[in-house]
Amino acid sequence: MTVRQLCEKAGFSPVTELNDVEVNGAYCCDLLSWIIGRAKENAALVTVMTNVNVIAVAVMAELSCVVLTEGVILDAAALEKARQNGVAVLSSEKPSYETSVLIHNLLGK
Amino acid sequence: MAINMRYVVDGSDFTTAGEASTAVKMKLKKLGIAPDIVRRVAIAMYEAEINMVIHAGGGVAEVELESDKIIIKLIDHGKGIADVDLAMREGYSTAPDAVRNLGFGAGMGLPNIKKYSDEMHIDTEVGKGTTVTIIINLQ
Ligand SMILES: Nc1ncnc2c1ncn2[C@@H]1O[C@H](COP(=O)(O)OP(=O)(O)O)[C@@H](O)[C@H]1O
Ligand SMILES: [Mg+2]
Repeated sequence: MTVRQLCEKAGFSPVTELNDVEVNGAYCCDLLSWIIGRAKENAALVTVMTNVNVIAVAVMAELSCVVLTEGVILDAAALEKARQNGVAVLSSEKPSYETSVLIHNLLGK
Repeated sequence: MAINMRYVVDGSDFTTAGEASTAVKMKLKKLGIAPDIVRRVAIAMYEAEINMVIHAGGGVAEVELESDKIIIKLIDHGKGIADVDLAMREGYSTAPDAVRNLGFGAGMGLPNIKKYSDEMHIDTEVGKGTTVTIIINLQ
């Protein structure tokens, strides 16, 4: 499933431009070194962290997208970096657990 | 022929932390280095770069691309590491609360560098500084 399809099917709101990068799973965490060390390539990152370093981690670990939960708002510097690096950021109103379950079910895993 | 890259890492700004790693990642990609190698370099170097910003007030990153390996050196003149074995332990961190609030300080940075590199060396002296050397083989 692509980021674009995930966004539509899950009813997330796009924060940055959508793309057709493949989403192959999800990793739910707010600690950056856990994310960068454990999340698999092309995973969707489910998090409440909104600072610029989250985007840097998504770039380094080659994650497919960042799904912000609980309706949190991305920092201005993070938004800029996400745009520059073509990182898709999506927004979910639901908590991280529910958001992760939703992605899991949509991916059929 | 070896290719060398050098970046100054600003120790005062979290919003630019990771720029050297980002630049190296893009350069290696452009040079046609295998994607899994590029990813490992990016992850290991990012952790070391962030450590220089958080714990050492910045420094210099030097990257050398040889025919069979990539050597990354993160050189700082910060406070140094008193007990390297302790620092290498998962979960050990001296990061201040402000840094933790940004999602860092889980004490997983050095273990991540070890995990994603083929070789890792820490040369450090308290009060003088730290050089972290990361070696990743090209095959
Ligand atoms: N460049 C450095 N200069 C001084 N101390 C460092 C440096 N890098 C790491 N350390 C020390 O090693 C500890 C563990 O580092 P790390 O595993 O990256 O965890 P974290 O950065 O989350 O604290 C740090 O908390 C710090 O005390
Ligand atoms: Mg660290």
